[in-house]
Amino acid sequence: MEEILLDISGLSVRFFTYQGIVKALEDVNLIVSKGEILGLVGETGCGKSVLARSVLRLIADPPGKISGGKIFFKGEDILGASKRRLRSIRGNEISMIFQEPMSSLNPVFRVGNQMMEVVMLHQRVGRGEARRVCVDMLSQVKMPDPDAVLSKYPHELSGGMRQRAMIAMELSCRPDLLIADEPTTALDVTVQAQVLTILEELTRQTGVSVLFISHDLGVIAQICERVAVMYAGRIVEISPVRKLFSNPGHPYSRGLLKAVPQVDEERETLNVVPGVVPGLIHPPGGCRFHPRCEEMWEPCSRIVPHPVEIEPGHQVACHLWGSGK
Amino acid sequence: MPDPIIEVRDLLKHFAIHRGFLGRGAESLKAVDGVSFRIQAGETLGLVGESGCGKSTVGLLILNLLRADRGQVLFEGMETTGLEGEELQKIRRRMQVVFQDPQSSLDPRMLIKKIVGCPLEVNGLASGSELVKRVREMLREVGLSEDHVYRYPHEFSGGQRQRIGIARALITGPDFIVFDEPTSALDVSVQAQILNLIRDLQKRKGYSYLFISHDLSVIKHVSHRIAVMYLGKIVEKAPKKDLFAKPLHPYTRALLAALPRPDPEKRHPLAVLEGDVPSPVNVPGGCRFHPRCPEALDRCSTVEPALEEVEPKRWVACHLCAGEKSSESCLRFDASKAGERDAPEVESCRL
Amino acid sequence: MPSLIHKSSTSLFEKYRREHAWQIREFLFTLKLLSRNPSAVAGFVIITSMVLIALASPLIAPYNPIRISLSERLSPPSLTHLFGTDEMGRDILSRVMYGARISLRIGVLVIAIAGGLGSLIGAVAGYLGGKTDNIIMRVMDVILSFPPLVLAMAMAAALGPNLNNAVIAVAFVMIPKFARMVRGEALAVKEKQFIAAARASGAGNLWIIIHHILPNCFSSVIVLATLILGDTILVAASLSFIGLGAQPPTPEWGAMISVGRKFLMDQWWYPTFPGLFILMTVIGFNIMGDALRDILDPRIRR
Repeated sequence: MEEILLDISGLSVRFFTYQGIVKALEDVNLIVSKGEILGLVGETGCGKSVLARSVLRLIADPPGKISGGKIFFKGEDILGASKRRLRSIRGNEISMIFQEPMSSLNPVFRVGNQMMEVVMLHQRVGRGEARRVCVDMLSQVKMPDPDAVLSKYPHELSGGMRQRAMIAMELSCRPDLLIADEPTTALDVTVQAQVLTILEELTRQTGVSVLFISHDLGVIAQICERVAVMYAGRIVEISPVRKLFSNPGHPYSRGLLKAVPQVDEERETLNVVPGVVPGLIHPPGGCRFHPRCEEMWEPCSRIVPHPVEIEPGHQVACHLWGSGK
Repeated sequence: MPDPIIEVRDLLKHFAIHRGFLGRGAESLKAVDGVSFRIQAGETLGLVGESGCGKSTVGLLILNLLRADRGQVLFEGMETTGLEGEELQKIRRRMQVVFQDPQSSLDPRMLIKKIVGCPLEVNGLASGSELVKRVREMLREVGLSEDHVYRYPHEFSGGQRQRIGIARALITGPDFIVFDEPTSALDVSVQAQILNLIRDLQKRKGYSYLFISHDLSVIKHVSHRIAVMYLGKIVEKAPKKDLFAKPLHPYTRALLAALPRPDPEKRHPLAVLEGDVPSPVNVPGGCRFHPRCPEALDRCSTVEPALEEVEPKRWVACHLCAGEKSSESCLRFDASKAGERDAPEVESCRL
Repeated sequence: MPSLIHKSSTSLFEKYRREHAWQIREFLFTLKLLSRNPSAVAGFVIITSMVLIALASPLIAPYNPIRISLSERLSPPSLTHLFGTDEMGRDILSRVMYGARISLRIGVLVIAIAGGLGSLIGAVAGYLGGKTDNIIMRVMDVILSFPPLVLAMAMAAALGPNLNNAVIAVAFVMIPKFARMVRGEALAVKEKQFIAAARASGAGNLWIIIHHILPNCFSSVIVLATLILGDTILVAASLSFIGLGAQPPTPEWGAMISVGRKFLMDQWWYPTFPGLFILMTVIGFNIMGDALRDILDPRIRR
């Protein structure tokens, strides 16, 4: 039994806007174990970014509010933690890398400054030691000429290098959990390949757990061990990665997998999931996928389905598999 | 062989970048550096490459939204490169474009009626109630409801906005359409809808397409023939099946290898290339790809390989494949072995 | 089921409402946000009062503003003359009220002319770029490099000292402000894909400028107009103050202060009340403009 690192239970997040209350996350349950790479996949508006930011309590309040649930990290209550404690966790025990490295690196400071700042802050060491740590991390992410990179500004680096610098920066304090929010979406495919390879290697070496968020099923299939599928603010399926792709349980997962164009296969027409992602101010009742589901039946519009274990480690929240507990 | 509907010959576009004081030391960004291809009526040519390769610029050049520095674009045998004014406008009706970003490709302050009707309006093809009628028809064609005419773009989702963009492109009844990354900003399930729509329209109406994308799997789905671009030049041109079954150029092979397959059974080491995508300002000498090429020879750094037809309908710009008409002695990539954990087998070439 | 002959609405009002439904909704939303902003409300109250005074002055002014009554000259504020009288015995309150008409009329006219012309110039410069842009903006720079009052003075002196010429002079001075701002916006809008799409559809430059560029600059123009309005009134009043705008006996605020200056020590009420009104009007517009700019900022709206 793996040690549990992050335990999210019943998490609900709402945004109070002029147009109404956006129910961005509803009753989300997720567990990240020590040393695993958990993928979080879903389309725009499903709430995966909101989930990631909630873990570090980065949701702006107003207009967002965590309206329910608990988040435990290494047994500690995150939602009840003091601001001081949170600051010491962020970047130190839980790190986050974002999609656009240009906007998460301050363009008016040199890369070295920003990286060393993080190290000095959390590890309470002097500049010299911090610089040494940074150079070390940069070479671990296979950055050519780490010393030179430290004195460069973010815009002087390419997208791939910036992302690698970000990874180096976030892993410099040896966190237990790394949250990666679409880290390769904005990169070219060959650069993405490099970044993914580095990420895989580093996580193997350091044993850090990763919550890997993406909408790209190929990337998820490549590096994740377990996958959670999200739709309209809820988790609809959690499964070991091979089982998800070979035996998807939820109609949405199935539709999604059939809609992806494949390089190795010939598909005449791509399968289409009819309709559009619902707005979350007035989400559909019961199972939020039911208006678009071809296998919808009677209880789907009334009752929210609870996760059911259909195989070991494979849970599906769908009435086709029973209603669970 | 019937005349191609679009023929591009040695298209060239350099952008001058003013570095240095008083314009001295000005460099040029070689966005498109000598590109040639043909598109037959009713077929789709997929143009694939990473950022900075110039594929979007090619699209803009064909549409005359950018003026080419050198080279020609021929539409149905007639040169369009130098056209202006009236004549250009007449051609514009027959060549249209669909852009990438559903956010900025529609004017947020315009009614859908005006957005989709604009090509009719500015060309004097229809007005008033006739225009509204044709807009409604077009909306139906692309799968939207007719009463969307009086709405604004922000009331629609990304996928629907792309459909509106497609409606706008098709309303004048063009023969040729350039799709510039039309689904890159869309979710997977929406992308599937749009791609199906695009293919369906081609089957029914016989449009010819230039489909630009960085996504190989999307390109594979919609194209008949594919051209791979790198740093302003085409490095490989082939029919779809051939390209994926047996990619010849090392860059094409690297692209395929770097693509993570949506199937955990097909995990493979991804990174074959070192270094970053270089900038089109500093184009390497000789073969542009040689600094990153895992199979570069000495010759590759000094002599630029020409795009040659090494097999019927297969064009490659690579010294390793040059001059060899038979497929025997060319580097082969065994795509079926991509599933194995080790690096795929590569049979090297005897020069 | 009763047969419904569905005809599209023919009434113009209905058509307007349907086509511009979203714009109407946005406008109402703006009003709602404004109502929650205290300074906006204050500014709005002030401006509305001024406008009402201006509109209703023929009805509510106690006296004819140019009625001379030498026997009552320079009398202090009293029940019969709330603001006192000037050196010709004219009731200052009535003159101030009528002055509101003049000042606001000048303000609106100037803004309309400068806003319209300036926006068009700026849009053309921004969209066409290159040499056209350079030439136009250098001309604008020249105009901007003069202190507004000095330039207005020169123009007014050249054209002749009367109110209409004052309007032209002040409008001329304000044009570059709009041009600059709209040019900046045009530069940003120009890069959007829908512009390229319009060009690909065969739209000409003028069509694009009128149908795409200008509508997208609209809200910034409104904000700038509101902010400048106060300035405009001030400049116009200053022109009259130095004798180049309204001529006596026109009850323009600036002119009144100009004459009333001499009487400041002993008959404080003479220049004070017109001055106060100028102050309040300019403040009112400035506050409104600020609040409007904050509210219309797209980031704050969502």
